[in-house]
Amino acid sequence: MAGQTHAAEHHHESFVSKYIFSQDHKMIGKQFLITGMSMATVGMIMSVLFRLQLAYPGESFKILSFFLGEKWAPGGVLDPNMYLALGTIHGTIMVFFLLTAGLSGTFANLLIPLQIGARDMASGFLNMLSYWLFFLASVIMLSSLFVESGPASGGWTVYPPLSLLPQAMPGSGMGMTLWITAMGIFIASSLIGGLNYIVTIINLRTKGMTMTRLPLSIWALFVTAILGLLSFPVLLSAVVLMIFDRGFGTSFYMSDIYIAGEALEHSGGSPILYEHLFWFLGHPEVYIILLPALGITSEVIANNSRKPIFGYRAMVGSILAIGFLSFIVWGHHMFVTGMDPFLGSVFTFTTLLIAIPSAVKVFNYLTTLWKGNIRFTPAMMFSVGMVSTFLSGGLTGIILADSALDINLHDTYFVVAHFHIVMGLSAVLAMFAGVYHWFPKMYGRMMNLKLGYAHFWLTFVSGYGVFFPMHFMGLAGVPRRYYSNTEFPLFDGFVDMQVLMTVFAIIGSLAQVIFFFNFFYSIWRGPKAPQNPWKANSLEWTTPVEHIHGNWPGALPVVHRWAYDYSKPGKEEDFVPQTVPLEEGEVDGEH
Amino acid sequence: MIILTIIAVLAAVAGVVQLVRVFELTWKLKGDNQTSVDFAENRTRGRLWGLFVLAYFGFFIYIAQKYSPFMLPEAASEHGAVIDTVLNFNFLIIIAVFVITHLILAYFTGKYYWRPGKRAEFVTHNNKLELLWTTVPAIVLAVIIIYGLTAWNDITSEPSEDAIRIELYSKQFDWTARYAGSDNQLGEANFNFIGGINALGLVTKESIETRIAELEEEIAGLEAEVAEAPEGGLKEEEASEKLDLRKRQLSKIYVHQYKYEQNAAPYNAGLDDKLVKVEFHIPVGKEVFFQFRSQDVIHSAYMPHFRAQMNTVPGEVTSFKFTPTITTADMKLKTGNPDFNYILLCNKVCGAAHYNMQMDIIVESEADYNKWLGEQKTFAAVNTTTSDLATISQ
Repeated sequence: MAGQTHAAEHHHESFVSKYIFSQDHKMIGKQFLITGMSMATVGMIMSVLFRLQLAYPGESFKILSFFLGEKWAPGGVLDPNMYLALGTIHGTIMVFFLLTAGLSGTFANLLIPLQIGARDMASGFLNMLSYWLFFLASVIMLSSLFVESGPASGGWTVYPPLSLLPQAMPGSGMGMTLWITAMGIFIASSLIGGLNYIVTIINLRTKGMTMTRLPLSIWALFVTAILGLLSFPVLLSAVVLMIFDRGFGTSFYMSDIYIAGEALEHSGGSPILYEHLFWFLGHPEVYIILLPALGITSEVIANNSRKPIFGYRAMVGSILAIGFLSFIVWGHHMFVTGMDPFLGSVFTFTTLLIAIPSAVKVFNYLTTLWKGNIRFTPAMMFSVGMVSTFLSGGLTGIILADSALDINLHDTYFVVAHFHIVMGLSAVLAMFAGVYHWFPKMYGRMMNLKLGYAHFWLTFVSGYGVFFPMHFMGLAGVPRRYYSNTEFPLFDGFVDMQVLMTVFAIIGSLAQVIFFFNFFYSIWRGPKAPQNPWKANSLEWTTPVEHIHGNWPGALPVVHRWAYDYSKPGKEEDFVPQTVPLEEGEVDGEH
Repeated sequence: MIILTIIAVLAAVAGVVQLVRVFELTWKLKGDNQTSVDFAENRTRGRLWGLFVLAYFGFFIYIAQKYSPFMLPEAASEHGAVIDTVLNFNFLIIIAVFVITHLILAYFTGKYYWRPGKRAEFVTHNNKLELLWTTVPAIVLAVIIIYGLTAWNDITSEPSEDAIRIELYSKQFDWTARYAGSDNQLGEANFNFIGGINALGLVTKESIETRIAELEEEIAGLEAEVAEAPEGGLKEEEASEKLDLRKRQLSKIYVHQYKYEQNAAPYNAGLDDKLVKVEFHIPVGKEVFFQFRSQDVIHSAYMPHFRAQMNTVPGEVTSFKFTPTITTADMKLKTGNPDFNYILLCNKVCGAAHYNMQMDIIVESEADYNKWLGEQKTFAAVNTTTSDLATISQ
């Protein structure tokens, strides 16, 4: 095939075609990673800024006026509109730009061709387009920070009519227009990418790589791409209707509104329609974030426990079950919107069902550790940490899924604690695990271990330090998205808790400096990596350390076994790469 | 200042470079191989998980006991007590699972760390075990679902006929409560009638007339403006656009006028409605049926002490019902806090002052409640007084 000759011919590439408009999946993966990291840094700084206001309401901080200027932080005191804007953009960046594009974009691009034994993605051009659309979306989203009336401020869910009416809040003007534009482009990027991943996994698996021999990381990325392909278009249609309502006088989401001294003419629409459309994406989105994280964790835990992942088929089954169920649970975000109580019962039922495959995953992780020979590499530390956060955050989901209990906890800090731990922290930890684990594959060098451990403990502990106490605030009825809690004597007891959480947030943010240093330092000066540093079975470690077009210098590898033959009895080494043929009488896989 | 900043940045960069050199030297001296596993270090790292899990539990207990005085007091409504019971039941289960799984995590990581020459056991799956941890969660969840949904069905059931009807009306950034009055029937309201003292847009004979008069006057003014403005200019365009808008609005008012003439009852029901701000009262032991409307954006009426919450959605009427069980005075005694007050707050982000959109709720005996309600003026009375005042000032 063309790909094979490719490898030999193209040694002299221009800077632009190698580093910028590259069509090589490995380079695109790195581009996604670096862009995602940059966006995450912005999102993280934002969270520290608004946490300062929460811990010390109304106090003046030079750093606030340094970042936001006198307009949005007059005298160093955060403006309430800017507070909401920071929360909104923080959420948007973290959910979409870091944990959707950053996570899937990086690891789907890096791992799919390498782990299934393909020369590259099915379409290198579409892959490049996907990245550059993502980059464009990032630029537009960030540029909304600099418009006169401020960025979108109605929360990352941008519920109408608040987000549609500049009369309701300044951020719903130009800032919201840019938000919609950026998200439209983002969705296009995500769809192009997802389509490419699916086609590649279905069509380009090498000889012997049956679906049941795929590493779990690929299964997870596969189902993730399908979820994205089915749900993102719904968000796109939701924001297109928003454009109509804002610009062309339609009334999809608005009715009977009197604002700023005027009765608006919009009639017959419903903001609840938007909520249905948004959460039809919004809930699968949670699993678009979590499944790749779980896939990465599966790989890292199996490899470092030197054991097969426990219950491979059950793991695949639970990925599929979670993927399917994620489409019929969105209503649990809307228990208190006044929707039919019977519908609420249905959504409670389906939502709680998700706990079953999730429980299976957790138990299988724990059992994989059992009687293992565990190497605690930084990647492994992050993965074990992810199991802990997935558990801690997942369990509170059982409470929020219960419509009766959600009445009192809806939109309180309990929810903030829940999703930051189960989705935010878990996915971020898994993403770090992936970076530490596959860094040698990405850059041909090793990251520093000691800095890795320091980074892990600081991140992990401060992550819990920020989000765990929030459960208690939520149980006390403290609502989220409050500029300050000072207006209610009821919430006065939580002042020092807010300070504690802010201190942890600052420590956690500073810890990322260690990571950034380790990352960029190791790119250029880390020790050279051996071909298979973690003694892993999967195909990506059979490629040369130096990246080449087409991944394998000669013929494509042929796969003879599943990816989890760790510590198989009768073998000399405690790992057997997938390319090693089965011996006579040897059984493959889970038997 | 700029020079100083540049110097500081340069110094910082130089510092980092030096630090890196020191690092590199120490790594080289140690001959640190970044891939191999050091046995002793690995054991420590495994055991650190045990320490972490202990610290995590400790943190949990510390936070829980430190902030227990600030948790919500016992539920002050009938269904609230049920919600609390279900909540406690669920917490019991999830905390047990949380503790057990974390102990397992700590045990496995502390025990099965890498040792030289050791081999992990090749276990791929175990159908019995997997069946067990699929069915056990399924059974526990079935219990949780049935228990939760029983409560939910009860909470969301139809209100009784004699429930007290109160409308909670939200706008940026305050609440208004409207009592249904002696007929226990909330009068018709429409956003086209909002303005002046008619903050909720109640539609009555008088408000129809007032609104028609207002709009006709404005239309006359605008017509004059259009006539005077230079032809084809921006001013003319603006004025005629506004004129068209007012005319369309007037036609909507006429629709209400027509409906009123057909059947006045739902409109007249509003005459005895009572509007209150800042605080509203409800009687203990009587079912209260709340209806919610919103003027501008989505808000959410959250009454944490009663375990009650419902979004208020522009263009829609939502509802929630509950029966308060503890009076404000009793709750003051129970909590030992003489300043205690039940509150209604906004729990759906609605704009800059979202964080301060509140109303006090007073729960009192039925007699006190009736006395208080008797003192409040009906919509008709408020209307008359103001129009009387208007006549006097003219």
